[in-house]
Amino acid sequence: MAKVLVVTSGKGGVGKTTSTAALGAALAQQGEKVVVVDFDVGLRNLDLIMGAERRVVFDLINVAQGVAKLSQALIRDKRLENLWLLPASQTRDKDALTEEGVRDIIADLRTRFDWVICDSPAGIERGATLAMRYADEAVVVTNPEVSSVRDADRIIGMLDSKTVKAEKGEQLKKHVLITRYDTGRAARGEMLNIDDILEILAIPLLGIIPESQDVLKASNVGSPVTLNDATSMPARAYTDAARRLSGETVTMMVPTEQRKGFMDRLFGRRAA
Amino acid sequence: MSMNLLRLLRRRTGSAPVARERLQILLAHERGLRSQPDLLGILREEILAVVSRHVVLDPEKVVVRMDRGEVVSTLEVDIEVPNSFDKKMAVA
Repeated sequence: MAKVLVVTSGKGGVGKTTSTAALGAALAQQGEKVVVVDFDVGLRNLDLIMGAERRVVFDLINVAQGVAKLSQALIRDKRLENLWLLPASQTRDKDALTEEGVRDIIADLRTRFDWVICDSPAGIERGATLAMRYADEAVVVTNPEVSSVRDADRIIGMLDSKTVKAEKGEQLKKHVLITRYDTGRAARGEMLNIDDILEILAIPLLGIIPESQDVLKASNVGSPVTLNDATSMPARAYTDAARRLSGETVTMMVPTEQRKGFMDRLFGRRAA
Repeated sequence: MSMNLLRLLRRRTGSAPVARERLQILLAHERGLRSQPDLLGILREEILAVVSRHVVLDPEKVVVRMDRGEVVSTLEVDIEVPNSFDKKMAVA
């Protein structure tokens, strides 16, 4: 039975696209057949993060409007054969996406994949509501920062009222994914800590992704974090999160601060 | 002296507790809004509508302040009504 997962946040720049790519690749690495769908019409970026930007021919809108078939628009990942991408359109017309169009595409994707992961645009407008509309589960991405947590709370409210599942009176499974977490700063009281965020948002924790240079490195080369360097801290955190999505019980690792020695500090800048 | 002491204490605890408290108050309010209409907003609009039925409101002379607290919220509407108001009404 296919699962439709929306990766959403309200606020922009918190790591929705990075998380969509990383979770999608991690699930594919675990043997699941996965499609990641970019709902950010007009500002597509999932293709870039996935390293498929030069292979986009047709997109979501083309399929919704019947210009292209779904099979023509789907792009197979070059590294993982069971990972696919459905890109968004670069055209500015956000209204090109209709509720019926999205419904039909999601229904079709359900028959072909184990996981349909929808990368939501930022905001609470049409694009974001359409991305979550047919979801069974949601990953709410947030940074340990007040505006991000506030928007996450708003999105949780929308997940509970504006999705088909919620309208039917069913429970939509929600998880929070905390990104850009800095354990040291949280311990020093400079940053909201995990307990603060969980207490405020009151939904289960899917994972804690540490603030890390590996995320930028991966996006620079167009590779999901989990594929680029599977041993890096964020990759391990995303892999664990993906296993939790599959129903496994995995002990939550709080990223530890990497203590820098005196020599590292002295030469740290040059040795990058 | 006491300010310095406060600053010292604050530095030790960091700003995260403040962030947490602000969020809790704000979200308690915003969650309430989702299920019920924005009472303060409605009051503000209706009060201004009633007043503008009798006086031409100069937007520059209307000051509306809202303060949303954890237990009590306040709405302060400060409208400057020109003195010519009485005469006009008397004629009408």
